[in-house]
Amino acid sequence: MKPLDHTRIQQASGAPDPIISVSGLSKTYASGFQALRNVDLEIRRGEIFALLGPNGAGKTTLISIICGIVNPSTGTVTADGHDIIRDYRPARTKIGLVPQELTTDAFESVWATVNFSRGLFGKPANPAYIERILKDLSLWEKKDAKIMALSGGMKRRVMIAKALSHEPKILFLDEPTAGVDVELRRDMWAMVRGLRESGVTIILTTHYIEEAEEMADRIGVINKGEIILVENKHVLMQKLGKKQLTLHLQSPLEALPAALQSEHLQLSTDGAELIYTFDTQSEETGIATLLRRLNEHGIDFKDLHTSESSLEDIFVSLVRGRS
Amino acid sequence: MNVYGIKAIYLFEMARTWRTLMQSIASPVLSTSLYFIVFGSAIGSRMAQIDGVSYGAFIVPGLIMLSLLTESISNASFGIYMPKFTGTIYEILSAPISAIETVIGYVGAAATKSVIIGTIILVTARLFVDFSIQHPVWMIAFLVLTSVTFSLFGFIIGVWADSFQKLQVIPLMIVTPLAFLGGSFYSISMLPPFWQKVALLNPVVYLVSGFRWSFYGVADVDVGISLGMTFAFMLICLAAIWWIFRTGYKIKA
Repeated sequence: MKPLDHTRIQQASGAPDPIISVSGLSKTYASGFQALRNVDLEIRRGEIFALLGPNGAGKTTLISIICGIVNPSTGTVTADGHDIIRDYRPARTKIGLVPQELTTDAFESVWATVNFSRGLFGKPANPAYIERILKDLSLWEKKDAKIMALSGGMKRRVMIAKALSHEPKILFLDEPTAGVDVELRRDMWAMVRGLRESGVTIILTTHYIEEAEEMADRIGVINKGEIILVENKHVLMQKLGKKQLTLHLQSPLEALPAALQSEHLQLSTDGAELIYTFDTQSEETGIATLLRRLNEHGIDFKDLHTSESSLEDIFVSLVRGRS
Repeated sequence: MNVYGIKAIYLFEMARTWRTLMQSIASPVLSTSLYFIVFGSAIGSRMAQIDGVSYGAFIVPGLIMLSLLTESISNASFGIYMPKFTGTIYEILSAPISAIETVIGYVGAAATKSVIIGTIILVTARLFVDFSIQHPVWMIAFLVLTSVTFSLFGFIIGVWADSFQKLQVIPLMIVTPLAFLGGSFYSISMLPPFWQKVALLNPVVYLVSGFRWSFYGVADVDVGISLGMTFAFMLICLAAIWWIFRTGYKIKA
C-alpha cells in the first residue's frame, strides 16, 4: 500500500529523486490538539523551499518531526532515502536544524559549542572547517566569547554555525529572520544562496512573505495542519496573482456612475483614484472597454499604473478561502 | 555507535565541572572535612571503637558514600535538567545519537565527577584519621558502582523534574535522610532489633555496609548481598531510563 502511494506521489510531483519525502503524516499532541493532518510533501534535491503559514499552522511541528524532536502519530518521512525513525542515524546525519527560539548554552564559548555540535552529530573534529563557518558567519572575532555575552543577532549566527557544523545536506531554518535586523537578514539570505550553490537543500519556514518571495524556488502553504498547495513560486504568482490598474483622476468623483458599477472597479475613499482589478490569466482583461466607457462618461485621468498582487495577497486569500 | 557524540556530551559535562570547580568539588570536600573535624577528631576521640575500628576511621566510608550519593544525584540531574530548561535539548534529540549513548555521555561524566570527589575526600580523610584499606579493588568497585548507579538515578530525577524545586526535593527529602539513617555514622547493629529490621529496607545501608567492608573487613550485612542490592538498584534505574526513552516521557512530545 505504502510503496504504491509513494510512486503515485512521485509521478504527480514530477520529481524522481526527492531529498525529503513526507507521506500521510499526522500529529496529535497529548493535549488532543491536532497539529498535522495527513501531510504529503516532497522536497527536491538542491532547492530552497519555503513553508508558509500563519501561527499555529503546523510549520514547526512538521520540521520537528522530520528532525526527530517530536514523534509522529502516523505517517512516514524519509530523508535522503533513509526512514527518519528506523534509519535515524544516517537520516539525522544529513540534517541540520536552526530552531526558532534562541536556545543556546550560556557559559560555553562560541568555539566550544560549535565543536560540540559537530561531535554530537558523529563527525571527527575539523577545526579548519569550523573556522571557515565562523568566518563566513562573521563570528570568528567572537569565537572565544561566552555565548551569553553575545547580542541576539550574534546568537542567531551561533545557532546557524551549530546547524552547519556537521556539514548537513539538508538545512532547516525555522523562522530564520524573526526578530533579526536588516543587515543580518541580508547576510542570511546571501548565506542561504551560497549554501544552495554548494548543493545544500534548504527548507525555511517564515511569516515574512517577502522572504519566501525573494528566496524560495517553491512555496508550500500550510494552514491548520494541512498543506493547501505546493507550487513553483513563479507559477503560484502567475496562477493566483491579480493585477490592478490604478487610474489617477483629473478631478475627484463623488460616486461611481451606476453604469460603471462592477465588482472589478472600485473608487478610492477620497474619490481621486479608480482601481480596476483584473485576472492576468484571462484572455480579455477588459482594460480597453473600461477606458472607452470612462471616456463616454467624461471621466478623465491624468496618470495610470498597474501593479501585481504580492505573494502576501495571494497567501491571505488562500488562507481565508480555506478557513 | 556514535563515539564522537558520546565524547562530545562527556566533555561538555566535564567542562561544566571544571568551570564550576568551587561548588562542584571544593564545597563537598570542605563539608566533609568539617564532619571529620567534628565527628572524627573532636567527638570521635571520646567514642568507643565500633567493631574494632576507631570511630574516626569508622565513619570514613560512610562519609564518602554520603558525598557520592548526593553529588552523583545532583550532578547528573542538573546535567540533563538544564538542556530541558533552556531548550538546548533540541540538539540532542535531533542528533544521530541513541538513548544509550546519550546516557553514557551524561551519566559517565556525572559518575566521573563523583569518583573524583570520592577520591579527594578519601585523601582528605587520611589527613584527619588513620585508616587502612583491606580490599582496595573492592573499594574501587563499590566507589565506581555507586557513582554510576546514583548518577543513573540522578538522570531520572533530572528528566522527571520540571522545576528547580522538584530538582531539589528528592535529594533533600529522600536521599539525605536515607543516607544519614543508612549507617554512615553508626553500625546498624547498635539499633534496637525492630529498627534494625526497618533499616534493612534502606538501600543505602547495603552501600555503606559493603563499602565499609572493603575498608575494614567488617560489615552490617553480607558483602554479597550489598553487591547484589547495588546491582538490583542499578537495574531498576536502567529499566526506568529505557522506559523514558521508549515513551519519550517528558523529553519528546
